[in-house]
Amino acid sequence: MSSWSEATARQRIAGLLDAGSFIEFLPPERRAVSPHLRELGQPAAFDDGVAVGRGTLDGQTVLIAAQEGAFMGGAVGEVHGAKITGLLERARTERPAAVLLLLESGGVRLHEANAGLIAVSEIMRAVLALRAAGVPVIVLNGGRYGVFGGMGITTCLCDTLIMSEEARLGLSGPEVIETTMGVEEFDAADRALVWRVTGGKNRTILGEATLVADSIDAFRAALVAAMQPKPLTLETLEAEHATLGNRLDRFGDMEDAVDIWAAMGIDNPQRLPLLDTDAFLQAVKGAGA
Amino acid sequence: MERLEFEFAGGKPVAARNKPVLAGVLGSGNLEVLVEPADLKGRVRVEVETAARGFGPIWQAVLTDVFERWKLGNIRISINDAGATPAVVALRLDQALQEYAGGDA
Amino acid sequence: MKIDDLLPQLFPNGYDIAFDGDYFAGQGDGVAVIGTRDRAAIGAELAFRMAGEVLRICRDHPGRPILLLVDTLGQKMSRKDETICLNAYIAHLAKCLDVARRRGHRIIGLVYGEAVSAGFLSSSLLADACYALPEAEVKVMNLPAMSRVTKIPLERLEALSETSAVFAPGVANYIAMGAVRGLWEGDLARCLQDALAGQDDPDTDRRREDGEARGGRLLACRVAAEVRGAVPNDAA
Repeated sequence: MSSWSEATARQRIAGLLDAGSFIEFLPPERRAVSPHLRELGQPAAFDDGVAVGRGTLDGQTVLIAAQEGAFMGGAVGEVHGAKITGLLERARTERPAAVLLLLESGGVRLHEANAGLIAVSEIMRAVLALRAAGVPVIVLNGGRYGVFGGMGITTCLCDTLIMSEEARLGLSGPEVIETTMGVEEFDAADRALVWRVTGGKNRTILGEATLVADSIDAFRAALVAAMQPKPLTLETLEAEHATLGNRLDRFGDMEDAVDIWAAMGIDNPQRLPLLDTDAFLQAVKGAGA
Repeated sequence: MERLEFEFAGGKPVAARNKPVLAGVLGSGNLEVLVEPADLKGRVRVEVETAARGFGPIWQAVLTDVFERWKLGNIRISINDAGATPAVVALRLDQALQEYAGGDA
Repeated sequence: MKIDDLLPQLFPNGYDIAFDGDYFAGQGDGVAVIGTRDRAAIGAELAFRMAGEVLRICRDHPGRPILLLVDTLGQKMSRKDETICLNAYIAHLAKCLDVARRRGHRIIGLVYGEAVSAGFLSSSLLADACYALPEAEVKVMNLPAMSRVTKIPLERLEALSETSAVFAPGVANYIAMGAVRGLWEGDLARCLQDALAGQDDPDTDRRREDGEARGGRLLACRVAAEVRGAVPNDAA
């Protein structure tokens, strides 16, 4: 079983799709590099940190993007963002079975901050347009750097999120909160706390994610079962509004995720971080988010 | 940033039909290596962009060693380096050339 | 500009807008208004309230245009908000605005104070068209903080920001890059009416074209187009 978190973006694509089926758009030899990084004297990757293309998954055509966390933390710059937006727009005409976003990103790349922020906004609009067209957009989040900032928002705009326990999802990273608000607000060095807040288990308990083990095979298996579009309508959003309102009322003022898990009626909630994926899913079955 | 260029001769040209290959990622202490076909009259050209200045002689030594093992020609190699050690550089080049040349080498 | 000075200029015939802390909502001249003031931090509760108002407008006032007046220093930095998944609340607001747009509600954003990072992403950047007052502040991060994080000397960043719109704060840069369509000056009620009279297709995001035409963002348009219509590279 090969690990998702230890794989590079390209290894994830190769492991997920049917063997040999991946065709890359704007591949590295086209050298779509960031001129802004060059201008600041920073190394600039040939693919600007994201690979995009088409392939098949169990014979079904999918479009796919994979961010490389090892390059600048997967941060979004002008070229990087435009590649993802272009892929999402392409899906509106090609209508693949799904668009797979293999995300790993700290958010906006500060070296080209304005361009990155606008690029994230364009990705968000393109995801929403694609959902309106009925093509499912699925996020796979299992990288070491997690998914934060604007890509954290983008993740929650998509139809489905598949996530490993070790992965993280949030808006502001714990280090940023600690630096800005003080260690009393968020102790970023407390790894167990960071994972209770941002990790795959808490996101699964809240109903935001489907939890899988840290293996490419596990992500693939979960994907095959998840390729249905979930329409966004006034009615579905009113239901989502009720769910989020309930969460805010019940859990918005709780000090720790463990308190939330207890309030949901999960027995011995403090043991949840120690359980493996299967035991965890068994333990939280039927809990009321 | 420093930009370096090297050329090597005496290898066997690889068929131009081979698809470009990318190995490695541009992360801290790592590098990415792009191998492409190029009509270079049988030579190999290597272009390096590196965050670490002043290591030209070490690059020359590592690359010379690599192309003594890989007798290839008509390829262009582009490297983006974020401070990789010579051992990592040699490993990535071996991976990239193995995938690129396959049975041709 | 203070919101108390702004509203009478936007709605000289009167308006009915209720304030509650840093949040406000209501209507003026048949335009729904949703906003924040005093550099509000966008937390889960604030995003939730704004989303709820969008849904209420969709239900009770089909087709009514929506004006977003969001003054924000960015997302709320809070462990509790992160624990309940703040990004899901902000994404929910984005989804509500998009569904409203597709149900025929024109959505206009006006940056009248500050617009920073995720606070900007979750509001005016989701409008059909985003405008700004000349004195508005738009940014991801100020240059000294950016210098600390990127370890690039401040002088270098300052020098480059003279010629590049790509990273330095400022409304002018966001106009050059296409994210802000234009400035509102003079008769603000007239500016609003003109913006409301415009038309934007919900499936077309013209900001890249604007950024390219204005010379502030030269790559995004071409790169996205190449990926959208790229010829598979196995043809060779």
